[in-house]
Amino acid sequence: MEFEEQQQHPLSPQQLLLRDSKLRNTDYIYGAVVFTGHDTKVMQNSTDPPSKRSKIEKQTDHIIYLLFVIVFLMGFIGSIFFGIETDNDLENGRIRRRWYLRPDSSEIFFDPRRAPAAAIYHFLTALLLYNHFIPISLYVSTEIVKVLQSIFINQDVHMYYEEADKPAHAARTSNLNEELGQVDTILSDKTGTLTCNSMEFIKCSVAGTAYGRGVTEVERAMDRKKGSPVREQNGPNSVAESDDIPVIKGFNFKDERIMNGNWIKETHADVIQKFFRLLAICHTAIPEVDEESGNISYEAESPDEAAFVIAARVLGFEFHKRTQTSISLHELDPVSGQTVGRLYELLNIIEFNSSRKRMSVIVRDDEGKILLLSKGADSVMFELLAKSGRDFEADTREHINDYADAGLRTLVLAYRELSEDEYKVFNEKFTEAKNSVSADRETLIDEVAEKIERDLILLGATAVEDKLQNGVPDCIDKLAQAGIKLWVLTGDKMETAINIGYACSLLRQGMKQIIVTLDAPEIQSLEKTGDKDAIIKASRKSVLEQIASGKAQVSALSAMSEAFALIIDGKSLAYALEDDMKQSFLDLATGCASVICCRSSPKQKALVTRLVKTGTRKTTLAIGDGANDVGMLQEADIGIGISGVEGMQAVMSSDVAIAQFRYLERLLLVHGHWCYRRLSSMICYFFYKNIAFGFTVFLYEVYASFSAQPAYNDWYLSLYNVFFSSLPVVAMGVFDQDVPARYCLRFPLLYQEGVQNVLFSWRRILSWMFNGFYSAVIVFFFCSRALEQQAFNNDGKTASREILTGTMYTCIVWVVNLQLALSISYFTLIQHILIWGTIGFWYLFQVVYGFMPPSFSTDAYRVFVETLAPATSYWFITLFVVIATLIPYFLYNAIQTRFFPMYHGMIQCIRHEGLSDDPAYCEMVRQRSMRPTTVGFTARRAASRREASRR
Amino acid sequence: MSETNSDRQRRGDRESAFYLFTQQRLPACKPVLTPPWVITIYFLVGFIFVPVGLFTLRASHSVVEIEERYDIECVPSQFRNDKVSYIQDDSVPKNCSLLFKVDKYMKAPIYIYYQLENYYQNHRRYVRSRSDQQLLHGRNFHGTSYCQPLESSNNRPIVPCGLIAWSLFNDTFTFIRGKALLKVNRTNIAWKSDRDHKFGKNVYPFNFQNGTWIGGGKLNPRIPLSNQEDLIVWMRISALPSFRKLYGRIEEDLDVGDYVVVQLMNDYNTYSFGGKKKLVLSTSNWLGGKNDFLGLAYVFVGSSSLTVAIVFMLLHLRSQR
Repeated sequence: MEFEEQQQHPLSPQQLLLRDSKLRNTDYIYGAVVFTGHDTKVMQNSTDPPSKRSKIEKQTDHIIYLLFVIVFLMGFIGSIFFGIETDNDLENGRIRRRWYLRPDSSEIFFDPRRAPAAAIYHFLTALLLYNHFIPISLYVSTEIVKVLQSIFINQDVHMYYEEADKPAHAARTSNLNEELGQVDTILSDKTGTLTCNSMEFIKCSVAGTAYGRGVTEVERAMDRKKGSPVREQNGPNSVAESDDIPVIKGFNFKDERIMNGNWIKETHADVIQKFFRLLAICHTAIPEVDEESGNISYEAESPDEAAFVIAARVLGFEFHKRTQTSISLHELDPVSGQTVGRLYELLNIIEFNSSRKRMSVIVRDDEGKILLLSKGADSVMFELLAKSGRDFEADTREHINDYADAGLRTLVLAYRELSEDEYKVFNEKFTEAKNSVSADRETLIDEVAEKIERDLILLGATAVEDKLQNGVPDCIDKLAQAGIKLWVLTGDKMETAINIGYACSLLRQGMKQIIVTLDAPEIQSLEKTGDKDAIIKASRKSVLEQIASGKAQVSALSAMSEAFALIIDGKSLAYALEDDMKQSFLDLATGCASVICCRSSPKQKALVTRLVKTGTRKTTLAIGDGANDVGMLQEADIGIGISGVEGMQAVMSSDVAIAQFRYLERLLLVHGHWCYRRLSSMICYFFYKNIAFGFTVFLYEVYASFSAQPAYNDWYLSLYNVFFSSLPVVAMGVFDQDVPARYCLRFPLLYQEGVQNVLFSWRRILSWMFNGFYSAVIVFFFCSRALEQQAFNNDGKTASREILTGTMYTCIVWVVNLQLALSISYFTLIQHILIWGTIGFWYLFQVVYGFMPPSFSTDAYRVFVETLAPATSYWFITLFVVIATLIPYFLYNAIQTRFFPMYHGMIQCIRHEGLSDDPAYCEMVRQRSMRPTTVGFTARRAASRREASRR
Repeated sequence: MSETNSDRQRRGDRESAFYLFTQQRLPACKPVLTPPWVITIYFLVGFIFVPVGLFTLRASHSVVEIEERYDIECVPSQFRNDKVSYIQDDSVPKNCSLLFKVDKYMKAPIYIYYQLENYYQNHRRYVRSRSDQQLLHGRNFHGTSYCQPLESSNNRPIVPCGLIAWSLFNDTFTFIRGKALLKVNRTNIAWKSDRDHKFGKNVYPFNFQNGTWIGGGKLNPRIPLSNQEDLIVWMRISALPSFRKLYGRIEEDLDVGDYVVVQLMNDYNTYSFGGKKKLVLSTSNWLGGKNDFLGLAYVFVGSSSLTVAIVFMLLHLRSQR
């Protein structure tokens, strides 16, 4: 681009403003629009919003189909018998059998002359009659229950983020509550989700001495776990608070040896001086002086740069002014002990890029010396050191390893003095390289820079904590213990991602890392040639090979319970997600304990999510906070948006919104588990109660010559699902708790009940349905046998139809409600009121309905008051039939609880027997069904213990 | 001070029922099926059910019941091969007599039932074929289409209409002990609510059994429906295809060794559909009539519970954790 003065400016992706960018600190710009509409990045990365239904709902549909089949079958059988019976009534127009039905002059429904037609009509009637099998109210009830569940989740104070006044917001789509209890894999964004996107200078190693007593989140979590006295109690900032130092954002460094000017007394004071001076100079930040207070804040490209400048300032090297050619500092002079102003002439900046992995500045200090100040990744920096500059190398390396293991982001600092001549030569070449307009401009710059960045003298290393959100390691550990896999999908570069992996205990020393990357030199050299086909071919081959070798490693060593971590970058991911490769990629990934995808685009995040979802057929949960996570959130079975600082886009397209990552623990382990359990129990119970009721109708029909005569009064039939069995089950769906929240969190493995879907397996569903059939059979036959032909009261009256069916209905109401009482494990006053109230209401209803005029109440007219209630046998039969129907289930339940307890049963026992205070016992139960976890700091601690014992 | 007050208030809020409710931490009973509970419950069920069962069984045994099938014996031997033509032939006399021997002392009132088997009163066509409104309001009520094909005959409405009334049971019984006629009380055999509220006091049978085909019994057109108790009993539909209906009461005690001769008119056709007809004399007590099922079932379930309790206890003790 040519500007006024004929000066040439290169246009690079750095000048490109993406859609949604906002102009700040600038009044106006000139711009040209490139790529519009569907070509914008946002559109390219978007995926179609899917409609989501939970697994349980889908399975429920299948149960409904099954019930339809049963209903059709029953109707079919009934129709055949009915057709035969009807056909037999008339022979050659002469009445042969049941003359009292007048088959000679019958309408089509009962006409023996057209028996097949009558059978078909009967079939249709039967379908209507058996509609009580199909719980239509189930869908309504589940909707109500889910909405109420969501309200409860939203109300939870433990998920309320006080600082931002944000409660959890699960009601966004309430139909996924129970899915929260079945999550197998979590796909998480990094920035803003795991981390709060703020960097804190926390440690440093200068001249081979490690400084900094700040405690990282991981260390804190591990301490807590160990039970050793927690180094600090009240959160990340308490160190500063306890020392009455105002909290400084981006700075969490505490070491009295070098703070408050004490560094002067250290043995290597000169090195320390150079170290912090380098931090104050070698960066691209811009100071902003607040005119009123005089406070300086820094605008930096990345938050870690700001953290360095702030650290330097706190330690006495205040960077306060930058011009095009100079950097001004207020420095503490070690000799005089005074703060003096120094001006450094800025000669060159050799910027950071991902292949160089370092940045350097060249300055001339006020004594005229030319200094090359350089900071960069340890992998490159140590190679550049001069022989004489390696004094502290061993110590520094060790410190760096410690820092990296703690998840800190490390940089190595080094410098050297340049002679005037050397600089001149360099400067000429560098300017030339910078102004060249060709494809290999960058390479040229790199080559020139490489020549000057050598023979450096090591100063030390810094450690910056990419600040995790509160409680993230804890949360991840709990989730890992619950058997949930966590994948991190981030757009960050690989080093950052790995650091965070360490910080979150997803990675640890000794874990086998399988890194799939295309940063290999041969690919890079190919890229320079620009031959696209060759690049693609070579890349694909390379990725395929890396995946294959990874798989080989995993299968070879997995028997030794070795933990693997897969780290894959975006470029490789593009190939790994291709159709022919994705299966083996998925196999590899599922074989690894942790998976980190870095440099991945939003689209890739969504694709990975889809791959996991469709490949493993397990429930996936995606969590993210930014617009770049939208695709992933929509693609996953559940998308959770973090209502953080990055705007509302993720929240808008999420299913559940929470304020902090750590709330995920409670959301999944407590609410997810509860909701899953509640809903699965509720649906099973719904089928049970409808079958128990509907099947008595069928059985009665068998004894009514299959004539589709309903067993019960019409109102009884229609109100069964409305009044006599609905509210208690809704209460179960909303309130039931197998174990209290505390225990859900304490025994995270309980969550596996949802992941393995044990509470809604076909076995369980069919058992419940069987229970329904069985109850119906018992109720029907016991009632009808007990009320045979004989007189049923002391007045010699016999049991007519309404008496038998009234008794049966009473038994059914009792049985289904008591069955519910048996299967819930949490009785508050509400449950008591609803269960006993429902049963009581049945009696009340009989009385009231019975007193309606006979034209309305028909055959229920005064039945209860006049016939049932005064008869002793009615009450005796009710008592007997109800208990006899429930006893087998009760026995089954008792045997299971005692001899083959499910996991929640064991926890209930612990709670009930007051053994929860006995740590040994709890640990035993916990171990009993706990698989060794492979990630999280519990695993990390176990691994380091193993390591120690091996030594 | 103000702070501590607000603290206290907050604590108060935290313990308020509503707060606990929203946090799902309401005080709750959390029953766990521990073995002691299970064993206790089974013992409890056993210890309640067995005595109740025995008690019920005793009540059932104390009822004296005489049952006699008569639909075959009452057919003259020449008609045995074609009972249907016998019953449909008006010229053949239908009277018949049965001899009942009383084995146990029967205390009045002794209930007389007729029992029909394989008779589908609960067939849908049959059940619907009545008009409650007409029974209550008489022939001025016209919405009687359910009664087809017995809604009207000769263009005049039938009261009571429908299949149920039309097929009214019409065997009649008279009882003779020794030489004397036993008095049979045939009132108060129907439910009071039926008599008072379902069958009209001013509704008289009209045009009943006047068609070409006469189904069952006829009604005296001068007696209002509310007093036609046979009809009322018949129209209270039976639950299952074999059923008893109350015919009347003998209000004298019957002694052991008494012979009761029953003179009956075997008019009702059950032969075409192979139904049985029985005559039953039975006393009654607080539990009703004779049926051992309930008592036996109680005892069975009760004793099974006891067994389960003991087995469970043994298993539990043997495999103590």
